[in-house]
Amino acid sequence: MTPIKSLEELKLMREQALEKRQVKTASGDAQVIVGMGTCGIAAGARDTMKSILKYIETNNLSGIVITQTGCVGLCDQEPIVQVVIGEAPKVTYGKVTPPVAERIIKEHVLNGKPLEDHVIQI
Amino acid sequence: MREIALHLLDIAENSVAAHATEISISVCEDLLNDRLTAVVLDNGKGMDAETARSVVDPFVTSRTTRKVGLGIPLFKAAAEMCSGGLEISSEPGKGTRLSVEFQRSHIDRMPLGDLSGTVLTLVVAFPEIHWLFQYCADLPNGKADFVFDDQPIKDALGIEPGRAAKEQAAIFCEPGVLGYIRVHLEEGVLSVQNYIQNNLVSQ
Repeated sequence: MTPIKSLEELKLMREQALEKRQVKTASGDAQVIVGMGTCGIAAGARDTMKSILKYIETNNLSGIVITQTGCVGLCDQEPIVQVVIGEAPKVTYGKVTPPVAERIIKEHVLNGKPLEDHVIQI
Repeated sequence: MREIALHLLDIAENSVAAHATEISISVCEDLLNDRLTAVVLDNGKGMDAETARSVVDPFVTSRTTRKVGLGIPLFKAAAEMCSGGLEISSEPGKGTRLSVEFQRSHIDRMPLGDLSGTVLTLVVAFPEIHWLFQYCADLPNGKADFVFDDQPIKDALGIEPGRAAKEQAAIFCEPGVLGYIRVHLEEGVLSVQNYIQNNLVSQ
């Protein structure tokens, strides 16, 4: 994919994205939530988030929504990432370094298989 | 935290928690006076004078204001260690302004860090907020300035204020949009840093 360089191209991209999205919504969107309280940030949550955004960009993945949340009360497990796919219950991961974050997108979000070794119970 | 950029992310999160709809982050490297300043300004719910005073003191902060926590006191301590300081002015209903200052050349001054990463993270995670970012450098022989305003991007994407947050977030997470914002921010920050480098060498 050629990188978008202007606001005009951004407008075009929007039309394409909206069309794709109408197909996607039927199967349930994927939402990825990164913990960004002071504890999360100190533990490296920004770089975890950046690696997720980079992975989406590099692999041209549509329909994944990335958001943030504050401290969830498990500061020793930060950086924390949560995944919600369609109607399925939320899965919470602890100590998510950038390589683990990439695996979460690849194995869980794209292939539906949660990473058992990093799941934490809350 | 090892970077000024990470502290700024933490401060901006406080502005988000204060229900701000417009947040501006500005960083300036003043090589004329050897100062490095950063300001986070929001139009959130603000604080009264007493609360504004207490958030900089980790021992006064009460349980009910715990969400402010240690972020601000640690940032303040880091600035004071470098012949600088941290100030908060706030007015209930109007917003909050936090400014921090360091002696730029101080041996203990933490690096600026990944400024573009901090701004990208905020812009993508809180598309309902209008973000402004400025990074400037003042040198004896000139100045450099990078200004980022996410409004033109939102206009191009057809994102209107008040539209469902989730819908906004979805379009912002399209790979093409992410790439555009990332490259724009990285190139802007780099242009200012290159300007400082090149002009320092020539002196």
